[in-house]
Amino acid sequence: MSNDLTRLSAADLAAHLVSGEVSSVEATQAHLDRIGDVDPAVHAFLHVSTEDALATARDIDSRRAAGEDLHPLAGVPIAVKDVVVTKGLPTTAGSKILDGWIPPYDATLVERIRAAGLPILGKTNMDEFAMGSSTEHSAYGNTHNPWDLDRIPGGSGGGSAAAVAAYEAPLAIGTDTGGSIRQPGAVTGTVGVKPTYGGVSRYGLIAMASSLDQAGPVTRTVLDSALLHELIGGHDPRDSTSINEDLPLLVDAARQGAIGDLRGLRVGVVSELSGEGYQEGVSARFAESLDLLRSLGAEIIEVSCPHFKYALGAYYLIMPSEASSNLAKFDGMRFGLRVEPEDGPITAERVMSATRGQGFGDEVKRRIILGTYALSAGYYDAYYGSAQKVRTLIQRDFDAAFAQADVLVSPTAPTTAFKFGEKLDDPLAMYLNDVATIPANLAGVPGMSLPNGLSDDGLPVGFQILAPAKADDRLYRVGAALEAALENTWGGPLLAKAPELEVAR
Amino acid sequence: MSAHATVDLVDYDEAVRRYDPVIGIEVHVELGTKTKMFCAAEVEFGGEPNTQVTPVSLGLPGALPVVNGKAVEYAIKIGLALNCQIAESCRFARKNYFYPDVPKNFQTSQYDEPIAFDGYLDVELEDGTIFRVDIERAHMEEDAGKNTHVGGSTGRIHGAEYSLVDYNRAGIPLVEIVTRPITGAGERAPEVARAYVQTLRDIFRALDVSEARMERGNVRADVNLSLRATPESPLGTRTETKNVNSFRSIERAVRYEVSRQAAVLDEGGTVIQETRHWHEDTSITTAGRVKSDAEDYRYFPEPDLVPVAPSRDWVEQIRATLPELPVARRNRLQGEWGYADAEMRDVVNAGALDLIEATVAAGASPAAARKWWMGELARYAKTSETELAEIAVTPTQIAQLQALVDSGRINDKLARQVLEGVLAGEGDPEAVVVARGLEVVSDDGALLTAIDAALAAQPDIVEKVRSGNMGPIGAIIGAVMKATKGQADAGRVRELVIERIG
Repeated sequence: MSNDLTRLSAADLAAHLVSGEVSSVEATQAHLDRIGDVDPAVHAFLHVSTEDALATARDIDSRRAAGEDLHPLAGVPIAVKDVVVTKGLPTTAGSKILDGWIPPYDATLVERIRAAGLPILGKTNMDEFAMGSSTEHSAYGNTHNPWDLDRIPGGSGGGSAAAVAAYEAPLAIGTDTGGSIRQPGAVTGTVGVKPTYGGVSRYGLIAMASSLDQAGPVTRTVLDSALLHELIGGHDPRDSTSINEDLPLLVDAARQGAIGDLRGLRVGVVSELSGEGYQEGVSARFAESLDLLRSLGAEIIEVSCPHFKYALGAYYLIMPSEASSNLAKFDGMRFGLRVEPEDGPITAERVMSATRGQGFGDEVKRRIILGTYALSAGYYDAYYGSAQKVRTLIQRDFDAAFAQADVLVSPTAPTTAFKFGEKLDDPLAMYLNDVATIPANLAGVPGMSLPNGLSDDGLPVGFQILAPAKADDRLYRVGAALEAALENTWGGPLLAKAPELEVAR
Repeated sequence: MSAHATVDLVDYDEAVRRYDPVIGIEVHVELGTKTKMFCAAEVEFGGEPNTQVTPVSLGLPGALPVVNGKAVEYAIKIGLALNCQIAESCRFARKNYFYPDVPKNFQTSQYDEPIAFDGYLDVELEDGTIFRVDIERAHMEEDAGKNTHVGGSTGRIHGAEYSLVDYNRAGIPLVEIVTRPITGAGERAPEVARAYVQTLRDIFRALDVSEARMERGNVRADVNLSLRATPESPLGTRTETKNVNSFRSIERAVRYEVSRQAAVLDEGGTVIQETRHWHEDTSITTAGRVKSDAEDYRYFPEPDLVPVAPSRDWVEQIRATLPELPVARRNRLQGEWGYADAEMRDVVNAGALDLIEATVAAGASPAAARKWWMGELARYAKTSETELAEIAVTPTQIAQLQALVDSGRINDKLARQVLEGVLAGEGDPEAVVVARGLEVVSDDGALLTAIDAALAAQPDIVEKVRSGNMGPIGAIIGAVMKATKGQADAGRVRELVIERIG
């Protein structure tokens, strides 16, 4: 029974909870057991909050028994990426510099999760401060891809994607600055959505790049993402960049899409996001998915976004610039790690320097140095200024493309999961992983990755759908339609093809 | 300290004969909002350290700022009062530097897009001269926390054993007002500097945007100063003297820097562009950080905030609610009252402007109001060592007193006695007149009795008057006044005496 409960989608588990077949304590315990069984091998979690999760589950069960009106996802457990602050639960953002820090407040999205009564199973592993595409930059060890434990689970949100792929959680929260939800989704065979910028509150997300960061759902099905997205999304007065409008109806869009009728839909294939540099199996699965969409009635057209080729360059100026400033607060003065210099006087400046020197990993330092340089007097216009101009051009490319097509599509990542260490010494190769996902962050438009098959190496491949800002519902309609068609050809979910993980005990 | 004490100074008058001083002033004012610039932490003076904080003002990971609308309104008020343009859209920027009192290690400020710009302020000097100071910009930003250095001898960071930081002040909204270089003040530069800051302080209070208490650091001034050979010469190298926080110190700091820089230049040296600290105790400045152009705050637009775009309607609404500003009010009242420049200046300096305005409003003539407040009452305040506004008489009572004089019920001499009674707490002038029986005797019968007695006592004078010599009549009037204890109307007495002598 326990094993079965972890295989259910969040929507199905929620239905079981509502019908009373299963209690939240049973469901939560099943996932905690699963974490105990497989996480020693997967290492998706940095912290497992057993007591906290079970207390929430008990509370929901008794409220349900009392006939209280509960949120549709009440009692369904969830995992939260460690970059999101959680009151009373350790929050490190994958960095030594926050080792031992217990936040005194909840992020807005965590408040909403708690208010809806979802037991929080724990905090998931990630590249330090969300900087990376493999989770190898975590200060707390690698997360392993459940499809092949010798391979990366993507990043930065490798922990959330792996937790969901390994049935350790039906739902997880990710954050996406340049692809950190979508690329891990692609390489682990899971669904991940980066909402429209401003669609989900950033209050309580430990910022990497404020103008790019967005939190979103990480799940095994499109419908589950819609359910979670509706829970965490919507206006928050504590985030000035939050959109002050109601979300579009996402769950409805997912249910409607699953019917499989895409007649009248124009799907734009971005010519700059395919071809050279994309693994053969990735390109093949992409072409097959286009055929499926066509078979559902969609019209497939090619669109060009000529400035996308500058996106990676612009991203690697804007992101580190903002990060260099956002990460300045980690100085050992008020919270987290504090390192005193080994010799010489103990001054504030020297403590800051020693703390940052010891507390930050190499990739974080690399980006702080890049950003500090890009913002420096005399270089600002050439670097940060030019990058912002590129950003405007990319937004215009999107505007023009969305005038022709309702959604844009591409492979999510150029390759399947690579082996640990393969790209660690080559930052540029690592950065290229995000070439297809970064344009959406620069323009603030929403994007989804859903699994669309296995490459020749037997590893999962992701299909990316992009929609205009504030039209996140289109992702769910098209995603659910494609998901249904794909599962029809596979005879079930893709994750069913993943090898069974060995149980630790 | 001894090294600083040996600095050569040129006598101030000598220095300004040979050099033309140019000043520039940056004033920070803490706004009197209920909450901080970017979060809901309360702002109150004197709270226990680190109690007025939120995750935002502590710079905790994940926290985000939200702009305080009231602070924007106050900044617009200040901008309008300084005759500035108000930006249709402006942004916040991050000023990046590491310091423990700055929780995020950047200050959220405004850089290339201030909310207000291109204004001016007319400043009135001691002798009534109006000096126009051009305002470059007024921008919004947040205050830093407060460091306390413990141990060591001076309470300063060098030699301290450890430092404490109080973040209650961190995030309090500030408006920084920056002048353009102030030229043409010549030897009066120190006075202009002081008068400018004092006028700003008055404006902040009139606008009700800040308590503007210098001693609490609500208003803080940084004074830039450079010397040049002549007004035609290019600007010299400037120093910035930080935290000059009283009007007197502003004047003295400018004087000191003029004398010091003149000495440096006289010796053929060059002034170093640097931050200097003003020492209240010794009245000198000492060198601080060298401020080169290489200092790099890596400003960039604050990505956590959207632009502030005050609608023109809102700006006009705010403009319509602006109170009359001190200089404008002074000019208006002087015109209405017909005071001479010197009279008006004395009134302002004595702190009598509000009192006289209220007295006039209560019915007294401007001349009579000024006569009371600048005469009898000013003397009383001085001898009793109180402020004019603190003495125990209201403008309404003064107007009532004057009305009694104007109606002839009391004369000037009696009025002073009535005032004594009011000051002694005996009630309103009317009550004092009744209680003390001080009314002018207007009953002709009572007067005639006294007159007849006086005439009978001095028959020789009666004779002289009868023969046409009016000179000695005063002796009769004086006797009558004495007999009536001064309560008679001297004019009426004179009429009756002449009638009687016939």
